[in-house]
Amino acid sequence: MEFKDYYKVLGVARDAGADEIKKAFRKAARKYHPDIAPGPEAEAKFKEVNEAYEVLKDPERRAAYDQLGREPPRHDGRYQPPPGWDSGFSFSQGGPREGETFSDFFETLFRRGADPATDRGTGWGADSHGRIEITIEEAYEGAARTLSLRSPVLSPDGEVTLETRAISVHVPKGVTEGQHIRLPGEGAPEAGAGDLFLEIVFAPHPIYRPDGRDLYLDLPIAPWEAALGGHVTMPTPDGRIDLRIPKNARTGQKLRLKGKGLPGQPRGDIYATLKIVNPKADTSEARAFFERMAREMPFDPRAHLGG
Amino acid sequence: MKKTTLRSEVVDTLTLQDLCRFCQTDEAWVIELVEHGVLDPIGGNSSNWRFVGTSIRRAKKAGRLKRDLGVNTAGVALVLDLLEERDAMLRRLAQYEATLDPIRPAG
Repeated sequence: MEFKDYYKVLGVARDAGADEIKKAFRKAARKYHPDIAPGPEAEAKFKEVNEAYEVLKDPERRAAYDQLGREPPRHDGRYQPPPGWDSGFSFSQGGPREGETFSDFFETLFRRGADPATDRGTGWGADSHGRIEITIEEAYEGAARTLSLRSPVLSPDGEVTLETRAISVHVPKGVTEGQHIRLPGEGAPEAGAGDLFLEIVFAPHPIYRPDGRDLYLDLPIAPWEAALGGHVTMPTPDGRIDLRIPKNARTGQKLRLKGKGLPGQPRGDIYATLKIVNPKADTSEARAFFERMAREMPFDPRAHLGG
Repeated sequence: MKKTTLRSEVVDTLTLQDLCRFCQTDEAWVIELVEHGVLDPIGGNSSNWRFVGTSIRRAKKAGRLKRDLGVNTAGVALVLDLLEERDAMLRRLAQYEATLDPIRPAG
């Protein structure tokens, strides 16, 4: 297990006062809150900050932590607390919410003997919440996943150990971002038969931007396809489809592909934003062709700018 | 609720009691969120309220903001509105940047 420098995490000195620690925590919590700062880095940082504050806000815990010293004892490169490091301290209970776990360092040092089920503070402690990331293609098809969940379990002799469980989850087709799926009876095992709720998150996609059941993308077209109109084929998660480009299409023009978005009641749509892409004039033939257009086409794209 | 294999089901709508359990909160807090317009349930009075997906997601966020940052209900409502505005702008910015060709200086 890794030694955690909680003072460094909060960016405060080792002799910082309680007010200073509270201030540093509040500032960091606002900055890294997963609902405010997107991304897994912020979430990890938020958890770290909470863990640090959980120890440093409690005078007993902080004193015990300080006794571990600045230079942590190491055996074979792994941190081991010295024997009897916590003698004379009694910790108030606390810890992460919603059945989450903090680092091994925290769980080993501060969770020992405390019943994790009593940390919750509400009568609904038996439910667990998590997130599951799927691709947009999987949302069309449905997906199967095996999740491994870590939860603290109290053994008969009062030791808290982290138990890993594997759960197979079926994500039905047609889920949208932010929806929840429920797995009855799969909540935290030590607290009775609660449910496990998983929030659906879409992995960032190189082409599509989802909005509910609709998908948005940029569709590149050639200048002659834009000018003359006609049919182009476009791949979608639902298979290749034939798309009619109107005559004299403009960059930025939106085409709606009804019912080609995510499945559901009603089905979503795909919105393709046209983007005219020029071929490069990198051969003499291509150059000659562009030169002929320049000579023969009376076109001033800057006419509306005046002057 | 839609049934799927392996006993998993999609959460479509939740009642007031279900939502309280889901968010590990009490009815008074949910009612306050409805009064502040953070949540928009279907149904006339609290006994037949049904909360759909967007409300479920907002309620969960609101609960986390209250718990983690100590924001009161009016503050939660403001933060959620501003976050939605920000996310919409980030989406528009991403779309705009995707269509923007780099401008090269002449010559």
